[in-house]
Amino acid sequence: MTDIHLSVKGLDKWYGSVHALRNLDLDIPRGQVVGLIGDNGAGKSTFIQILSGVHRQTNGEVFFEGTPVDIRSPRDAMNLGIETIYQYTAMVPEMSIARNVFIGREKRKFGPRGFGVLDEKAMASQALRAIEDVGLHLRSAETPVKDLSGGQRQGVAIARAMHFRASMLILDEPTNHLAVKEIGKVLDYVRQLRDQGITVIFISHNLHHVHEVTDRVVAFSRGSKVADVKAKDTDVKQMIDLIT
Amino acid sequence: MRFSEILRSKPEASAFLMLAVMTLLFTFLSPAFLTYNNFQIVLQPIPEIALVAIGVTILMISGEFDLSVGSVFALSPMIMVLALGAGMPLVLAMLLGLCAAIAVALINAAITLRLGLPSFIATLGTLFMARSIAIVAAGGFPPAFPRDLDLWWIVGKVDLLRVSVFWLLAIGILLGIVLRKFDFGSWIFATGGNRQAARDMGINTARVKTICFILCSSLAGFAGMIQTFRIKAMVPTMGTGFELTAIAAAVIGGAALTGGIGSVTGAVIGALLIAFIENIIILMRIDANWFRFAVGAMIVIAVAINKLTRDWAGISKQVEDDND
Repeated sequence: MTDIHLSVKGLDKWYGSVHALRNLDLDIPRGQVVGLIGDNGAGKSTFIQILSGVHRQTNGEVFFEGTPVDIRSPRDAMNLGIETIYQYTAMVPEMSIARNVFIGREKRKFGPRGFGVLDEKAMASQALRAIEDVGLHLRSAETPVKDLSGGQRQGVAIARAMHFRASMLILDEPTNHLAVKEIGKVLDYVRQLRDQGITVIFISHNLHHVHEVTDRVVAFSRGSKVADVKAKDTDVKQMIDLIT
Repeated sequence: MRFSEILRSKPEASAFLMLAVMTLLFTFLSPAFLTYNNFQIVLQPIPEIALVAIGVTILMISGEFDLSVGSVFALSPMIMVLALGAGMPLVLAMLLGLCAAIAVALINAAITLRLGLPSFIATLGTLFMARSIAIVAAGGFPPAFPRDLDLWWIVGKVDLLRVSVFWLLAIGILLGIVLRKFDFGSWIFATGGNRQAARDMGINTARVKTICFILCSSLAGFAGMIQTFRIKAMVPTMGTGFELTAIAAAVIGGAALTGGIGSVTGAVIGALLIAFIENIIILMRIDANWFRFAVGAMIVIAVAINKLTRDWAGISKQVEDDND
């Protein structure tokens, strides 16, 4: 039997009178790179917002490593090992790389969370190691994030997720607004993640990017899953037909 | 660290430069400026302005704004003086006054965070409401300030200074350390710097902002009490327009209206600069109406220097990267 990392059963989401996600069943095996495709409003964002704790489902269940889980907040998701990389990278531009890597999960010398003294040395050295682990070479972890390019920021975001031992990574439109050279880097990160056995959910409007890096493609339309195929059994043209 | 990087990473750098320039200039303009007696006068109101400016700065870092501080500056001591008049012990009366400040802060936070109105509007509303309550509570005329209170530990004179300066130092150092060295300080910067990111990374940004509202209001209330103790009178209209002075000090000190940038040192330097200008105008017998003009000019200059140095440092950084 395959090792199912995450599965959802009968997942429904209503926003007022809008039925954003309809009765979704999906199993994701460990280590698979799944591409989610679909037009705007197809339900893919709603689905990942439920997984990352931004919204809660109206009905249905989420199972993580076989056990039912209730993801009430981004912290709950992170504690399970689900990290989300957002299109906008979730970084504070004025703050240093080290501070950004540890936002909300700061290393403390002493004191309780919320009133603890920061261990700046440990954060700087661990942040630098984390970004080197994803193949990003930056001189110092004290550099403010506003000095980094879009691709470098995505690199730091992925390094952050890896540092906190994510077992599942959700990448929400990670290649939007990036220069061509930078897109290549981000797609390389996704391949690295697969090599490390990390489960990845990859969302993109760019079907070429999805086809390039994923093992499996799940298509959404008007809140429902309309196709679920192996990436090698499909091509970009067929994918366009699926979602339109 | 290189000079351009210092300018970029220290929001108060330009205010510090202005302080140095002004001190030199004013010493040159008036021989009476840099003297013992004069500094005794200049430093008198500093703790009051600076404490409010620190509160406003920290709230601005978290991305919000408080126009009600001038009214809380009167409301808190008013409640305290009325409580003292009713026979309550000093410390308890002060705590009651601070409770009034916290109540205003909670209203500000509720309107801003629950109703989703801009804090500018929310606190403009409470500016009028809190002032009104302070005046109504007094029953139309200023209440008598109680005699024979032991106030040495708050406003007693120590040579050149008043004890209130040490309160400012203690509170300023404490809050400066919290901002720079504590995880909560990091959350304040993150919340104001990019609220969505802070929230997505698991920070309860509404709680962070609420605590900053409470801190800002409490400091304003405490500063109002210090002034009441210093002048030994309770005037219901005291602190009118003070919110603008405090915001001016915060902005001159490098706090950004967009959130995520600012420092305690900057707020204190901003307060010093405003007091210096007021002082030199008196010393040089210039028409006092020029004071507002000077403060206004300084706000524009300080923010312009901040922007230019950041742009310039940003450009030199890019050039350096391109050469790699």
